[in-house]
Amino acid sequence: MNVSQSDDIIICEDVHKWFGDFHVLKGISVRIGRGEKVVICGPSGSGKSTFIRTLNRLEHHQRGRIIVDGIELTDDLKNIEAIRRETGMVFQQFNLFPHLTVLQNITLGPIWVRKMKKSEAAELAMSLLERVGIPEQAHKYPSQLSGGQQQRVAIARALAMQPKIMLFDEPTSALDPEMIKEVLDVMRELAQSGITMLVVTHEMGFAREVADRILFFDQGQIVEEAPPHEFFAAPKHERTKLFLSQILHH
Amino acid sequence: MQTSPQGALPPSTRPRLAPASLGRWLKENLFNTWYNSLLTLVSLWFVWVAISSTARWAFATARWEVIPANLTPLLIGTYPRGQVWRIWTALLTVAFLAGATAGTAGGRGKRVAAWVAPLALASLLFPLRWPTRVMLGAAVALVAGGYWLFRGKRRLWPWLAGAWFFSFPWILFLMWGIEGSGAMPRVETSAWGGLALTLILAMVGIAASLPIGILLALGRRSSLPVISWCSTALIELVRGTPLVTILFMAHLMVPIFLPELRIDKVVRAMIGLTIFTSAYMAENVRGGLQGVPKGQYEAAMALGMSGPLTMLLVILPQALRAVIPSIVGQFISLFKDTSLVAIIGLLDLLGIARSVIANPRWLGLQAEVFLFAGLIYWLFSFTLSQSSRRIERALGLTKPS
Repeated sequence: MNVSQSDDIIICEDVHKWFGDFHVLKGISVRIGRGEKVVICGPSGSGKSTFIRTLNRLEHHQRGRIIVDGIELTDDLKNIEAIRRETGMVFQQFNLFPHLTVLQNITLGPIWVRKMKKSEAAELAMSLLERVGIPEQAHKYPSQLSGGQQQRVAIARALAMQPKIMLFDEPTSALDPEMIKEVLDVMRELAQSGITMLVVTHEMGFAREVADRILFFDQGQIVEEAPPHEFFAAPKHERTKLFLSQILHH
Repeated sequence: MQTSPQGALPPSTRPRLAPASLGRWLKENLFNTWYNSLLTLVSLWFVWVAISSTARWAFATARWEVIPANLTPLLIGTYPRGQVWRIWTALLTVAFLAGATAGTAGGRGKRVAAWVAPLALASLLFPLRWPTRVMLGAAVALVAGGYWLFRGKRRLWPWLAGAWFFSFPWILFLMWGIEGSGAMPRVETSAWGGLALTLILAMVGIAASLPIGILLALGRRSSLPVISWCSTALIELVRGTPLVTILFMAHLMVPIFLPELRIDKVVRAMIGLTIFTSAYMAENVRGGLQGVPKGQYEAAMALGMSGPLTMLLVILPQALRAVIPSIVGQFISLFKDTSLVAIIGLLDLLGIARSVIANPRWLGLQAEVFLFAGLIYWLFSFTLSQSSRRIERALGLTKPS
């Protein structure tokens, strides 16, 4: 179903989700503009990961509407696959395919989903590996790489589908501290390119620097929503203040 | 840095690397206490008795002439002697493919020689006829030729896999022949026998049960209740039934239920073996599928891949890799289980062995004949398990992290 084109690439209206009896998302309404960088933060269990996963239907919502790039997410598999093609996702645990080389990991989607020629896909993959800074690892297997390198491959794999939206689900939470920077650097560079980015993260430095807007989740709701300077300098809600004091002064 | 417990051990408790001398080693390990000395002596006596009496039997008492006298039926049953070239052709096909596979898989030349040289040597040592020796020589040459032609050509392996796949119908075609043809007349399956029949039954069982097993495993995990119920019911029914029963059912019941369809006796045995192995294969594959983490499905789906594509390109390759040892184990037991078809009157290797010892001329020579049959079963099973270990090692790199 096509909804009238607008500047907003993601529109959520009163999105609810339950895991059994547990009400994870309690009416999320948010609009995200084309090219906007949005950081989502909040305490664990607040529903931020679940929310980002509803946007490409890895979790399905039970009430409300989600419209991504003019297509509404329903049970229609065609719509779901169309949206997934436009949406890249980077996971906390990387989820690279262990039986394929780095290059094959990146070309799999373009070849089989985008029907790209093998040689073209390989060229694209190599240029993406240059971009994330590890072209020399192309023919290794994921298990031979460090965590930071694996996450950079995962970013390249998502970018190879040439998505309009990139979803990051805690991309640095499984990394050793010394590898966090290399991944954040790639993400910073990516933010310059004009792609729409939604990032669930606890990296407040990154949020301050890159985000156009910060959404603060608590108990399945968006409690506060503000540009970074406002969010960090003058948080309005008690819950946000508490969270910031815990995360910034630990 | 933390200190490891090994680093904290005093040097004196570390195991000694090399014994000072044989005498000292014996004293320290076998004769260090009076009861260990006693145990050593008793064990030595047992070993001596076992070896000496076996050797006395093997070199003095045993009448090995029963083997060469019956070698042809043991190997090919009652297949028409004038048509034996067809079996040789099949064997040579397999020899070439085996050599080529060893080549593409990056097997070392020495290793291939280690497998082939004993065969060549044996063909010269044992009392074989010269045509047989020539053909065995050709088989050895083809293994070596395939190895040299395909050495290091990893890219060709999909073609090779295809060639293996088509070698099965090709071998069956060679064995069956063409109705009413002069050069390659039809040979009814009642004339198939010996090792050739054993190998064909195992080969068909292996080639058919793996894909059927994969489908059953996927069926069992299907979200459609009808499919998952039917798959589960079939798997559990077969797994709860002994193979002998299934073979009898295939042998006796199929003609009763489907009297118009006159299915050949050998084909019925193939069906029985395939159904039996498929059920176990399905459980092996299901185990592999369960071991693939949820994140793999999510990553594939997030790329926009459809369900079947995700299964084919991402999930199954990982699942099958993880269960290669148990799949090969299943193949080995299938190979040995083919010996049960002797019960429904097929003359496979064991069936022929039994008919040889029933012959009054060779009365009382069970030990010789069964030992020979056992040796052949072992030889093939051992080759299978060794190649499985090689595959595992070759894939060791790509284990999921």
